[in-house]
Amino acid sequence: MWHRDSDRYRMFTRRAIMLGAGQGVLLTGLAARMYYLQVMERDRYATLADDNRISHRLLPPPRGIVTDRFGAPLAINRQNYHILIVREQSPDVRKTLTILSQVIEIAPETIDRVEEDVKRRRSFVPVTVRDNLTWDEVARVGVNAPDLPGIIIDAGRSRDYPEGPHLAHTLGYVAAVAEKDLTGDPLLELPGFRIGKSGIEKTYDMSLRGRAGTSQVEVNALGRVIRELDREEGESGETVVLTLDIELQRYANQRLSEYESAAAVVMDVYNGDVLAMSSHPTYDPNSFTNGISHKLWDSLINNEYAPLSNKAVNGTYAPGSTFKTCVALAALEAGVITPEQRFFCPGHLDLGNARFHCWKRGGHGWVNLHDSLKHSCDVYYYEVSQKLGIDKIAAMAKRMGLGDPTGIDLPSERGGLMPTREWKETQLGKRWQGGETLICSIGQGYVLATPLQLATMTARLASGRAVTPHLTRDHVAPDDITARSDTEFPDLGIPRQHLNYVRDGMNGVTNELRGTAYRSRIKIKGLEMAGKTGTSQVRRISMHERQTGVLKNEELPWKYRDHALFIAFAPVENPRYACAVVVEHGGSGSGVAAPIARDLLTRAQELKSSRPGVSAVNIQSASQILRTSSKKQES
Amino acid sequence: MASRYRIGQDPDYVPLGRRLLLLNWTLVLLLTILSCIGFAMLYSAANGSLQPWAERQMMRFVAGLVFMILIALTDVRIWLKMSYAAYVVSLILLVAVEIKGDIGMGAQRWINLGFFQLQPSELMKISLVLALARYFHGLTIEETGRIPLLIPPLLMVLAPAALVLRQPDLGTALLLIAGGGVIFWLAGVRMWKFGVILGGALAAIPIGWQFLRDYQKNRVLTFLNPENDPLGAGYHITQSKIALGSGGLFGKGFMLGSQSHLNFLPEKQTDFIFTMLGEEFGLVGGIALLLLYTLVIVYGYVIALRCANQFGRLVAIGITTTFFLYVFINIAMVMGLIPVVGVPLPLVSYGGTVMMTILVSFGLLMSISIHRDVRISRQGNDDGRH
Repeated sequence: MWHRDSDRYRMFTRRAIMLGAGQGVLLTGLAARMYYLQVMERDRYATLADDNRISHRLLPPPRGIVTDRFGAPLAINRQNYHILIVREQSPDVRKTLTILSQVIEIAPETIDRVEEDVKRRRSFVPVTVRDNLTWDEVARVGVNAPDLPGIIIDAGRSRDYPEGPHLAHTLGYVAAVAEKDLTGDPLLELPGFRIGKSGIEKTYDMSLRGRAGTSQVEVNALGRVIRELDREEGESGETVVLTLDIELQRYANQRLSEYESAAAVVMDVYNGDVLAMSSHPTYDPNSFTNGISHKLWDSLINNEYAPLSNKAVNGTYAPGSTFKTCVALAALEAGVITPEQRFFCPGHLDLGNARFHCWKRGGHGWVNLHDSLKHSCDVYYYEVSQKLGIDKIAAMAKRMGLGDPTGIDLPSERGGLMPTREWKETQLGKRWQGGETLICSIGQGYVLATPLQLATMTARLASGRAVTPHLTRDHVAPDDITARSDTEFPDLGIPRQHLNYVRDGMNGVTNELRGTAYRSRIKIKGLEMAGKTGTSQVRRISMHERQTGVLKNEELPWKYRDHALFIAFAPVENPRYACAVVVEHGGSGSGVAAPIARDLLTRAQELKSSRPGVSAVNIQSASQILRTSSKKQES
Repeated sequence: MASRYRIGQDPDYVPLGRRLLLLNWTLVLLLTILSCIGFAMLYSAANGSLQPWAERQMMRFVAGLVFMILIALTDVRIWLKMSYAAYVVSLILLVAVEIKGDIGMGAQRWINLGFFQLQPSELMKISLVLALARYFHGLTIEETGRIPLLIPPLLMVLAPAALVLRQPDLGTALLLIAGGGVIFWLAGVRMWKFGVILGGALAAIPIGWQFLRDYQKNRVLTFLNPENDPLGAGYHITQSKIALGSGGLFGKGFMLGSQSHLNFLPEKQTDFIFTMLGEEFGLVGGIALLLLYTLVIVYGYVIALRCANQFGRLVAIGITTTFFLYVFINIAMVMGLIPVVGVPLPLVSYGGTVMMTILVSFGLLMSISIHRDVRISRQGNDDGRH
């Protein structure tokens, strides 16, 4: 029987060797695969493993600060304490929050919201409970820390505008990044990152943002940070120094706040520095930093006086009689008048079937250039404009800075309107009418200008140069900002003599008896101003009303009252400052706008934009506003 | 019949002292080294702690080792006699969990004995080898060529495989079929018969596909295209390959595997423990472990080839092959060569039942080694030489 078993044994041995060989091949295959993965493909997998474990986190840079020309802080970063809760460190989130609500004020809705948030996130992710804690609250939470497991106090930075409403329109504000702002820059996707949404904050957003730092951290599969591997600090944003003088700015705001809605600009006639730019009513930009409430937003949006609009650059108004300065310059240049040439004003001028009235019912009698400005005679300009034609008036107005945006460093500046024959034909498809030239010659009709354009026009009138306004100066070292700019603007090419005739007329307005703004003259010797009133109608006065007696402004609803305007420069000899004031529906230019301009120019000259001794040190301290306060205590 | 084994009457009786001497201590050492590697990896998996895995694994190993040696010292003829009974008991237990599983929810694979969770499918892995070896031991080479005589062993394989597949445990079912097939092959069943069975099986794949659970289908589909689903089922394979590949030649160092320790690697203490070893000790560590396993398998073959009785030979190869399949399927799976099937790395992966199965089977292997010269008749008697 055993011979048979030996058959089985031989068969078994043969097949066992085959099987063993097969298994050997398979095991070798495993070794080969291992070699492939761990030697040949090692680099690829090593990179993938690092991608898994290393996460790059952006460190948001501190936003650059904004100061006025003397270094006074206008936009800074304030320490902002907030409270966070980490679920995995808090055995009972609800209980902890309840205890917390006894220590500091926490709304019951907040507790529900946090509980929801905490459930949705991973257990180690902190959830914000409350923002903007006062120092007192931080201290109270700190003292009670043992009873508040999982509660963390974190210090962040939030934008702060120490001047509040005083500079809302110029500075603008920062707010959370909206969908449309995303450019692919990962910095913008950081939660809590703020970008400039309007004003200087928007124009110089890129410089103010700075450069983000990065932190390399090791994370596990759930995203929990295990440790920091490497850290590269970012750079804080640049300091932006404005040409504004906060003292003058505050004063302008205060002065305008006496009216419903108004705007004013004060600028340097030589270098274009805007020293004050005020728009009333205003708002507090700080309320935007941490998200504005619906109620407040609605009240701002629906306010009749448009507090969100910067009327100095976005409000366009018929310039009224202030425009006569341009018409006079155009007429002198075209040679259609001489300064001494007189026109007779009977109180109206008839053209075809239409009758054009002078503001003075009885008329001014015989009027020359000087008197036409001093008394603001309308008929004089009706006569002159008929000889000139609209296109020559428009050409001069454009040279004086009207009709196009001035190019100031603010977003969404409006350009106003300076009509020409061509403009009317292409835009409205109608022929220009002779009567329209008459209307335009007194700054009514189609002509529209912003207060900033009017200030620019005045500065050009005063300096004879093509001055453009700006809020910051490029390539100026901070400690040089107070020095007068050496880069002079090009000459306008208007003969000095012509400018002097108009300036002389403006001097008559304020400094000669019976000038339209004589009562608002600056009486301080050496600081006198020269100006031009403007009262622009916003409604049509019917023939019937003219016969029964034109209604006084006070008798009309606010919306239908005249705009009060005034432009001026000072001092009369060797001018330095230009000013434009518009009071919406304020009444007459002489009665309402001129006194404001008088006060602003007086104040500007008293303050002196180049007063010494404040520059460099202050700017530096402002850029480190948080640190300096502690340093002062030390020293 | 039991009287035949009485001392003095049995010419093949091996005295206890000689059994201890014949015990393959080198193999015991190899198994211990493998287990120690496991302890080290479990210590690393717990970020440098004996808890919760390494310590319990050590206790299980010590208990299993004692059990293994007791089995090794028992006469192989006793195991031969018990083989059919063991198979029947295992099959009954399998049916029992199947019924229990139907009542309970989802896949239930064990019976809770209070102190120990008995997994009948593990028991079946050994019992099936024993029962098939017993069956073919009784057949001559001519008889193994007769188809009717091949039907009972075929059913012996298919019945438990079907039950296990229903649980559903694809990995164990494959192990049972492959382990059984190997015994058929070594018993001398003709090659073409395997061809017929294999052809039939391939033809049955489309039908069998419908019986697979969704997650099993997903596993196969994911294997075929892992990048298709990088965060779902393919995530395991992808992360495992990253961990292994990034280990490089010498690895990242003990307890320094970033993939393993930052939890990118799933199941690092059980099915994917080889990946962690590969990440921390590199190609060198992986090949070293593979060589240790190869040595164990070679020992199994040596024991089989030196064994004088067909039962011992078949059991030895069956056990060795099962062991090989564990090693191969697990490592091939973590390297992305085959679909994800729940097969642990023997002695290294955390888990009591598998360690017990392996040590018990090696106990049998050593019992065969000690009693290699015992001649057993086809009827199961020791009077073969008469």
